[in-house]
Amino acid sequence: MTFRRYLVLAAVTLCASIGDSLLSRGMKQLGSISLHHPTDLILAVLNPSVAVGILLLLGFFASYMTALSWADLTYVLPATSLGYVLLTLIAKFYLHEAVTISRWIGVLLISAGVGFVTRGPALTRQPENAQPDGATYGTASAGKRP
Amino acid sequence: MKQAYAWGAIAAIVLSSTTGDVLLSLAMKQVGDVGALWRQSGLWTVLARVLRNPNFLLGVLAMTTAFYSLLFGLSWGDVSLIAPASASLTFVTNAVAAKIFLHERVDRRRWMAALLVAGGVVLLAA
Repeated sequence: MTFRRYLVLAAVTLCASIGDSLLSRGMKQLGSISLHHPTDLILAVLNPSVAVGILLLLGFFASYMTALSWADLTYVLPATSLGYVLLTLIAKFYLHEAVTISRWIGVLLISAGVGFVTRGPALTRQPENAQPDGATYGTASAGKRP
Repeated sequence: MKQAYAWGAIAAIVLSSTTGDVLLSLAMKQVGDVGALWRQSGLWTVLARVLRNPNFLLGVLAMTTAFYSLLFGLSWGDVSLIAPASASLTFVTNAVAAKIFLHERVDRRRWMAALLVAGGVVLLAA
C-alpha cells in the first residue's frame, strides 16, 4: 500500500459521508416532495447542497472503483467504513446532536474493525491479476500469497 | 405482516448489493490497476475498458436494484430497522461471497473486521 492508495481510500470515505450529509441537508431544505409533482425531484439538483452532494457521490463511485482495481472487496469495505465514525463525529461536534453511549461503543467497534483489516495485506495474490484482460479471474486457490 | 415485508426488503437489499459489490470488484480486477493503466494509456482507455466490461454493467444494475429495494423497504418499514440491518448484514454476506466467488483470502483478521464493523453499524443506529 502506497501513500497515494491510502489517499484513494480516504477519498472513498470522505466523499461518501460528506456527499450523503449534503444530500440529506439539501433535501430537508426543499421539504417533502409530492408524487403529484415529480418534476420537483428533477429541479432538486438546482439546490447547491444537492448538486455538490451528487458531485461528491460521483467522486465516491470513481474512487471506490479505483480502490477495487488494486484491493480485495473484503479489504476495501471495512477499511472505508470509517465514514460511519466520521458522520458520528460531525453529528456530535458540528451539528451538536446528543450521541449516546451505545453509539460511542459502535464507533469503537468500527474503528477496531478498520484497524484489524488495514494491518493485513490489501490484495489476495492470484496469477490472473497479472493479465491485463484477466478473463479467467478467480480460478486460483485462495491460499496463495506472494 | 408489515414486519415480514420489511425483512423481505432487507433480504432483497442485502442480496442485490452483495451481488453488485462482487460483480463490480470482479470487473475492476479484470480492468486492472486503474492508476497504472491511466499513466500508460490515458483516461479514455480506462473509461472505455470499465464501461465495456459486462460485469461492471451487471454490477451497476444490481446496485440500482438494491437502491430501489431500499426505497420500497423504507415505504414499508422504519428507517431505523431497514438501513442499519441491511448495511450491517451486507458486511457479513460480502465476506462470504468474496471468499466463494472472488476467491479472496478471508482470514481471521478479515472476519473480525467484518463482524466488528457489522456490530458497530447496528450500535450506531441503536
